[in-house]
Amino acid sequence: MQLRVALRNCGFIDPESIDDAIARDAYAALAKVLVELKPAEAIEILKESGLRGRGGGGFPTGLKWEIASKNEADQKYVVCNADEGDPGAFMDRSILEGDPHTVLEAMAINGYCIGASKGLIYIRAEYPLAIERLKIAIRQAREYGLLGKDIFGSGFDFDIELRYGAGAFVCGEETALIHSMEGERGEPTFKPPFPAESGFLGKPTNVNNVESYANIPVIYLKGADWFHSIGTGKSKGTKVFALAGKINNVGLIEVPMGTTLREVIFEIGGGIIDGKKFKAVQTGGPSGGCLTEKHLDIPIDYDNLIESGSMMGSGGMIVMDEDDCMVSMAKFYLDFTVEESCGKCSPCRIGNKRLYEMLDTITKGKGSLEDLDRLRNLCEVVKDTSLCGLGQTSPNPILSTMDNFHEEYIAHLSDKRCPSGQCKDLMNYVIDPENCVGCTACGRVCPVGAITGEKKEIHSIDTAICIKCGACEEKCKFNAISVK
Amino acid sequence: MELINLTIDNKAVKVENGTTILKAASKVGIKIPTLCYLGLDDLGVENKPGGCRICVVEVEGRRNLAPACATNCAEGMIVKSNSMRVLNARKTVLELILSDHPSDCLVCAKNGNCDLQSMAQDMGVREIHYQGEQSHYKEDFSPSIIREMDKCIMCRRCETMCNDFQTVGALSGVHRGFQAVVAPAFEQDLVKSPCTFCGQCVAVCPTGALTEVDHTNQVIRALANPRKKVIVQTAPAVRAALGESFGEEPGTLVTGKMVTALRQLGFDYVFDTDFAADLTIMEEGTELLDRLTRHLNGEENVALPILTSCCPAWVNFFEHYFPEMRDIPSTARSPQQMFGSIAKTYFADMIETKREDLVVVSIMPCLAKKYECQRDEFSVDGNPDVDYSISTRELAALIKQANIDFDSLEDSDFDQPMGESSGAGVIFGTTGGVIEAASRTAYELFTKKKHERISFEELRGFDGIRQATLDFDGLPIKIGIAHGLGNARKLLESIQDGSCEFHAIEIMACPGGCIGGGGQPLHHGKSSILLARQKAIYAEDSAKPIRKSHENKYIQELYDKFLGKPMSEKAHHLLHTHYFDRSGSDIVIKKD
Repeated sequence: MQLRVALRNCGFIDPESIDDAIARDAYAALAKVLVELKPAEAIEILKESGLRGRGGGGFPTGLKWEIASKNEADQKYVVCNADEGDPGAFMDRSILEGDPHTVLEAMAINGYCIGASKGLIYIRAEYPLAIERLKIAIRQAREYGLLGKDIFGSGFDFDIELRYGAGAFVCGEETALIHSMEGERGEPTFKPPFPAESGFLGKPTNVNNVESYANIPVIYLKGADWFHSIGTGKSKGTKVFALAGKINNVGLIEVPMGTTLREVIFEIGGGIIDGKKFKAVQTGGPSGGCLTEKHLDIPIDYDNLIESGSMMGSGGMIVMDEDDCMVSMAKFYLDFTVEESCGKCSPCRIGNKRLYEMLDTITKGKGSLEDLDRLRNLCEVVKDTSLCGLGQTSPNPILSTMDNFHEEYIAHLSDKRCPSGQCKDLMNYVIDPENCVGCTACGRVCPVGAITGEKKEIHSIDTAICIKCGACEEKCKFNAISVK
Repeated sequence: MELINLTIDNKAVKVENGTTILKAASKVGIKIPTLCYLGLDDLGVENKPGGCRICVVEVEGRRNLAPACATNCAEGMIVKSNSMRVLNARKTVLELILSDHPSDCLVCAKNGNCDLQSMAQDMGVREIHYQGEQSHYKEDFSPSIIREMDKCIMCRRCETMCNDFQTVGALSGVHRGFQAVVAPAFEQDLVKSPCTFCGQCVAVCPTGALTEVDHTNQVIRALANPRKKVIVQTAPAVRAALGESFGEEPGTLVTGKMVTALRQLGFDYVFDTDFAADLTIMEEGTELLDRLTRHLNGEENVALPILTSCCPAWVNFFEHYFPEMRDIPSTARSPQQMFGSIAKTYFADMIETKREDLVVVSIMPCLAKKYECQRDEFSVDGNPDVDYSISTRELAALIKQANIDFDSLEDSDFDQPMGESSGAGVIFGTTGGVIEAASRTAYELFTKKKHERISFEELRGFDGIRQATLDFDGLPIKIGIAHGLGNARKLLESIQDGSCEFHAIEIMACPGGCIGGGGQPLHHGKSSILLARQKAIYAEDSAKPIRKSHENKYIQELYDKFLGKPMSEKAHHLLHTHYFDRSGSDIVIKKD
């Protein structure tokens, strides 16, 4: 069921050995392109393959290269976006740590196609092992003449340098990434101009994500038709996902486009932990939305996910079970976007903060039904007016949970109840007088002294003092304590 | 140029390719509101910020709303600037901004003069639907500028002026998300940054986040003190802008009314900084001729070109960024400081008053003047030559507080002897004016001939960098002029790399010179206001009976009775200064 294209070498080679990589065809595609193909022909093959950007946007990669190739300049740049930042996602990191040469090779092909002699990898400094392996790979490639002057005697020069990011999610947005590399504050700017026209240092620049690059050498070796044959209508090839959450088998998977969520979660992922009930899966990270039971049989591709109210994103997939509160889940993602907004545009800077605050109010049982209208209006305005993709998508987790789990919002707002029992402010621990034997165990374990009662008499919990840590429930051997 | 057709709110518009929707709309009478945008085209700065999102409009076929200030028009585009969707989005964004802004409008320095306040009024905001936590930052008091960043709305106009126009780089965004704020590096105080106190950030701030340090109370107290004699001097650019604070059109000259108002406020002597400008010309012009003559006589290592030194923000700028060139600027003090120095010596003797019993107040178009008068080198035994420097805006506030109906005032004249000035002193207020004033005198002293034409029109204008060659009776004198510190930087770099050679250069830090100073009624980056003020300055010059500094009889008297001659030892002591290397950063990185 799984098919390794981007991850084809991960785990099969010593990532610190260029010979290992070459033994599995590294740089063969570069040789083929440099020796046999003109840049325009090479771009045409990529276009025919149907590869779309794996960083989240899904823009056709060949078309992107073509635009950059047509902008004349004395210097152009190729940039690899390795600023992976979705919570729980580590696709790019695994590729860089497991098969760094494939990224270098693809960047060189990219440079040849658009007429760039310099490549830059923007990588977050929190990935020390990936950085180390890239450094080794670049050194080895230079020693072998696979980077540097006159590669394969073709007259093509290309070299790669690393640039470190300080872990800002917004720097995954290409204009912010470029500003960060220039030493400026990592903030997006309005497009157009697109980087293909005016990018790094004002020169035409092509930015692609790590996973996109990892697909490219194999496309040239096996052909555009081969790649095109994998996947669905407008989504070709495979996609790497990072499976996480309440699922038995967590980790990276790579499946052909068109695989269903059911296959991913229940077959590859081995189903939900402890046999609990599947509730939802968040795809597309903080920009995406949640998908439910009714979406399980939809083939995963760019367009289907958008139609279902979510998005491909870079490939994070977080599975939730019946114990997860969807309002809290939306709040978790908003907490992330509030933290990661750069602060440049007002709707993202203040709007996300207000969205978070409204969700927080709801999870504390302090909201009213009118909040729902205000919440939806603000979500739509933030999406409609924000400067970059971060703010344009950050309300998605709220909107999709409001659409798919409307009754949970209503329960929080009008019944002051959290159906999943996750919102602490909406629950109370109570002692069932029928079962309590007065053993005093709960009172002794309570860290705040909220439980009173004489030995062998029925105990009670003072809800005003109780911090809802759940220690008493765990301690009670008589099933006398429960959440109401 | 390729022309593009589009419609905005059902009106057909034809614009040049590359025009933004905002500019296209203004051509057909549609005023799309903006907060972060500054129209700085006349100052050579392209501004497409797209940050506040107030100017969003609906473009048919586009998924989300487009910022009008940053989106270029395209052929066949259909734009709606006032649809339900746009109005709701715009008002919601404005409410968001207001939700993170203190609502202490009634006691805010910008009350009645605040872009955010008037926008809330225009859009009919009566309730803020999204309330929540507000951001808080420490206040920062510098000698000139107060930063009250709780009121910052992150429009970053200040950054545009500080970084793009002035190239000072004292301000930039720090932190991110909700905590993001504009501040000097590492959120240190402004005094520890390369800030020149030019005040252009204050001039464009839409809210009360950036304001001047208010010295009006000190002035009121000095005026009320019977033991003090209080002297006031008014800079040339003030008279060309003060009227705007009382509803006059930009470019209305109010010199006579201003003098009457100052007298009514209780100043004992109402003098003119223009007098000191004439004095500056005597010293600086003589210094120029001295260096020029030595250079022509083949002396090596003569520091040329000579750079003007009247502008305190410019002085701060070169001390910070070009300290290795600090022997080039003229050593002449600025007119404000020359005035103070002469007032507390020559004039104090004349009225038989002790230095300590004199209070010198200056009315300046400038915020850097506040810093300048606090410099150690401009005081004697802790008593400053100029006690308080207040801005044009502060003077307007003083006049209003004193119940003076400015419009109905009669004109009156300055007191003597320090109120007399030539037209040369007046034009100090505009770009090109100082060097023209100097040329009027230097020409006649150098050639020993009368310059019949009086003015040097070739030095006038509004371009950021200008060059002209004057004919000093057969000797070509090359002059360079820059206004705006970014332009000054370019000029200095061209001297450093040898691509340009000049004998003399005039530099003013603010757009248009002092007329666009940080202490003037707010210009909001509009060059039409600055041009009107410039015109007023030249009109006052033309109307003056004396046009050349060396013909000012009170200046002649000052030299005869007190200073001897220009650049005499006494003049050196009282009227000249020296500069410091401030390139080392005071920024300290604190470990938490």
